[in-house]
Amino acid sequence: MNLLLLLLLPSVAILLTLFVKNNTQAKWVSLLFSAAQLVFSLMLLFAFQTERASGNISMMLFEQQLNWFQSAGITFHIGIDGISVAMIILTALVVTAGVLVSWNIGYMTQEFLILLQLLGAGAYGFFISVDLFLIFFFLEVAVIPKYLLIGIWGSGKKEYSANKLAIMLMGASALILVGILGMYFHSGLKAFDLIRISQIKLPVETQIMFFPFLFIGFGVFTAIFPFYSWVPDGHSSAPTAGSMFLAGISMKLGGYGCLRVATYLMPEAASVYAPYIIALATIGIIYGAFATVMQTDLKYINAYSSVSHCGFVLLGIGMLTKTAITGAVMQMVSHGLMTALFFAVIGMIYERTHTRVVRQMGGLIKSMPFICTMLFLAGFTSLGLPGLSGFVAEMTIFMGSWQNPGAFYRISTIVACASIVVTAVYILRAMGRVAMGPLPAALSDEKHKSSLKDATWNERIAAIMLAAGIIVVGTAPFWLNNLVSPDAAIIFEQLISGN
Amino acid sequence: MNSLLLLKHELLLTALLLIFILIKLLKEISNHQFFLITCVLLAVNFLAGFFGNSYGSVFGNMFHTNEFISIQKNILNLATLLIVLSSWSWLKHHHHVPEFFILLLTTLLGMFFMLSSGNFLMFYLSLELATIPLAALCNFDLEKKQSSEAGMKMILLSALASAVLLLGISFIYGTTGTISFTELSFNLTGHPLQVFGFILVFAGFAFKLSVIPFHLWTADVYEGSPVAITAYLSVVSKGAMVFIFTTILYTVFRQIENTGYNTLFITAVVTMTIGNLFAIRQQNLKRFLAFSSIAQVGFILVGLSGYNQLGISSATYFIFIYVFSNLAAFAVVGLISAASGKENINDYRGLAKTNPSLAWIMALSLFSLAGIPPTAGFFGKFFLLAAGAGKGNFVLITIAALNIVLSLYYYLRVIRVMFMDQHDSPIPNIKCDKAFNTAAVIFIAGILIAGIWDYPFQIINTLAPYIFTAY
Repeated sequence: MNLLLLLLLPSVAILLTLFVKNNTQAKWVSLLFSAAQLVFSLMLLFAFQTERASGNISMMLFEQQLNWFQSAGITFHIGIDGISVAMIILTALVVTAGVLVSWNIGYMTQEFLILLQLLGAGAYGFFISVDLFLIFFFLEVAVIPKYLLIGIWGSGKKEYSANKLAIMLMGASALILVGILGMYFHSGLKAFDLIRISQIKLPVETQIMFFPFLFIGFGVFTAIFPFYSWVPDGHSSAPTAGSMFLAGISMKLGGYGCLRVATYLMPEAASVYAPYIIALATIGIIYGAFATVMQTDLKYINAYSSVSHCGFVLLGIGMLTKTAITGAVMQMVSHGLMTALFFAVIGMIYERTHTRVVRQMGGLIKSMPFICTMLFLAGFTSLGLPGLSGFVAEMTIFMGSWQNPGAFYRISTIVACASIVVTAVYILRAMGRVAMGPLPAALSDEKHKSSLKDATWNERIAAIMLAAGIIVVGTAPFWLNNLVSPDAAIIFEQLISGN
Repeated sequence: MNSLLLLKHELLLTALLLIFILIKLLKEISNHQFFLITCVLLAVNFLAGFFGNSYGSVFGNMFHTNEFISIQKNILNLATLLIVLSSWSWLKHHHHVPEFFILLLTTLLGMFFMLSSGNFLMFYLSLELATIPLAALCNFDLEKKQSSEAGMKMILLSALASAVLLLGISFIYGTTGTISFTELSFNLTGHPLQVFGFILVFAGFAFKLSVIPFHLWTADVYEGSPVAITAYLSVVSKGAMVFIFTTILYTVFRQIENTGYNTLFITAVVTMTIGNLFAIRQQNLKRFLAFSSIAQVGFILVGLSGYNQLGISSATYFIFIYVFSNLAAFAVVGLISAASGKENINDYRGLAKTNPSLAWIMALSLFSLAGIPPTAGFFGKFFLLAAGAGKGNFVLITIAALNIVLSLYYYLRVIRVMFMDQHDSPIPNIKCDKAFNTAAVIFIAGILIAGIWDYPFQIINTLAPYIFTAY
């Protein structure tokens, strides 16, 4: 399997979209190539499993090293392990679903699709990179398209949100930049290669100095407390596909980076800073959950609940046990699927009712059964119903967290667990209000009634794809677990050998 | 014969100048024909710059050249060609087209001699040759009062800068008894007078590079001059100064590295931060780009402060990329200014609706200036910071990294105005001429391809140690 295809497919899609004649062709080109990415990522999963089954235990599979800016110590070094495979499939799913729900975007369609594919390319590149420079490069590739997507096609106070998001994420990148330059010089290798740096034992003082740069830098992407404020504004102003990408993938870039770069390269510093990480993650979980209770706008509800859910990812990483790290990765996948579905459904509802305020809606299940079913599914995943992916992931994190003795770890785990109750409150309240009860007067006049139709074919496909992912992970969690846990174990062993 | 070959770049330019003067004197031809001839000749000149480069010195070490200096001259050649192409929409209504080209190439000739200078006398002479025609060019919008003001400011402040520079040189001469770069690189001892001399020479450079606190002329001159000349000032003139400054810093003053490092550290921090903060408040696009280019020089100083090979190559590579990104922005500003006379940021509201291609070119160039991948500017900034980190001073690197964020804020402001704001009477659709389209294609290709293809950087990085060959 040539991993470069993951970069090539979006790039070809972008080039073709530039030269097609009309919007319809652009949409089909984009859909075709996203579907190709999806197929390729599933083939990648299969090939990866076969390779592992045949006894190949090297850390990265399908590795390639090309010369690129070689004299500055950079190599175009790519490869995948179980964690990246899971993330790549997630990205392919969300991008395909994103193209499908943007079928009626209407304004500057070609540019919209180009930016969406560019985002996808950035995310794929990020997940396959094994070189710090490449990781940083692809991370930044995925920042500005978000700014444009929100600013041009967004709604509400879009300029403010777009600016806030871009500045905060670029600020985070600046911290990461300092961190990777620190790795570059202090490892003494004058190279950015992740594997080579990981084999060097960095002095503890260096680790203590640069760990915060990298962890907080990536942490901002995954909404670490107190740097979460770009999440609610950005998510709620973005167009549907933009929100799906932001919450579904973009926040995962941060979690993946915290794990793969910060924790993996600086295990000793990770254990020094672990209590702070856990404290921030727990505050984020609780704060996010209670802030959600106060929201009235569906997108804000999902955005703040994302802050809470991504706190679990950081909690899992901060606990530094094998099970907790596996759980963190599973939570990334689960949250990615769930939140993408949630935003897709919110987008569909908004297109029909022209409101996102919960109080102005009601009784929608009669006219749109499919959409409301999907809303329920996403909601139940969010509150952790057994049989769906959210339960599996959060359960794994709690199990892993409980393995840490010590009052502080126990109390944080209990507090984090308790947040699920709050989640149930806001999810059930919002869904009950939107789907059940009588149709409000504002929505029952003739003009609205005719627009209150169920999902179209493209929306159905998008929702079913994401829902299938949730159910598969929820009912057969061992697949994901077996895929991820060997590589989580590698990171865990690095932690043990470091200490 | 060999020494003639060493002077190849300068001889070619001189030949071009003579051809221009002869055409002007002998034959009555239209401005458009003259423009076409110029473009062809400049393109030939640019291509010829790649062949037969070697190293050596002539005139008793007054003039020396090598492959690296040839690359730097080629970059300047390319930039001049691009400026000529993209400024035709403004120039075609002008009465003095031949004079424009003659003045332009004269300053370029001065810069070529400056890059190749082997001692301070030669350096000073060529610097003046580069500056005086430039002041005349600043004044080239003859009927505009602002333009004359810009020319006057330019010449007066350049004279002041030259005076400071000469004072510095005289201190250094006084303590060492030589002005030859080769001898100075061995004879400097760190005597306080030499350090003082270095500071004065640095101040002279700082005027030309518009390093804060010597930047006060920049915004006014940039605003008053014709856009083509503003572009020339901010890319070619500044680029040449960066090149020669790198050489002098790394060779002549290599014995007083500590002083150099401290000076660079302080000025880099101040220049980046203040340049960025001032840029946020600007309304006029030319002033805006002036302050942005001040901030960019701050980043170059960060790279130079590393005192390693990457410092040399990253500064040169940054200028190479800067040619595409900054000139693209100036080309769009120039085109719009020539067509509608509008130069304020708020006039650009709704540009993406009426002129989508112009808006996207502008956006690409601003992203490149801000250092966003996959544009080339990202690599420029990254290598500068990587070079600067070589000294292990991560305070400087953190400040520089945060300044990238600060600069993004105002670059995004222009993007927002073009793409997201509405305007009742936006700038009407502008028809681009062939010259502009050619330049635009080169800009876009440069910005995108240099962000993927590492060949230019490899060449520059391999040749960078050549700046030590003569010493």
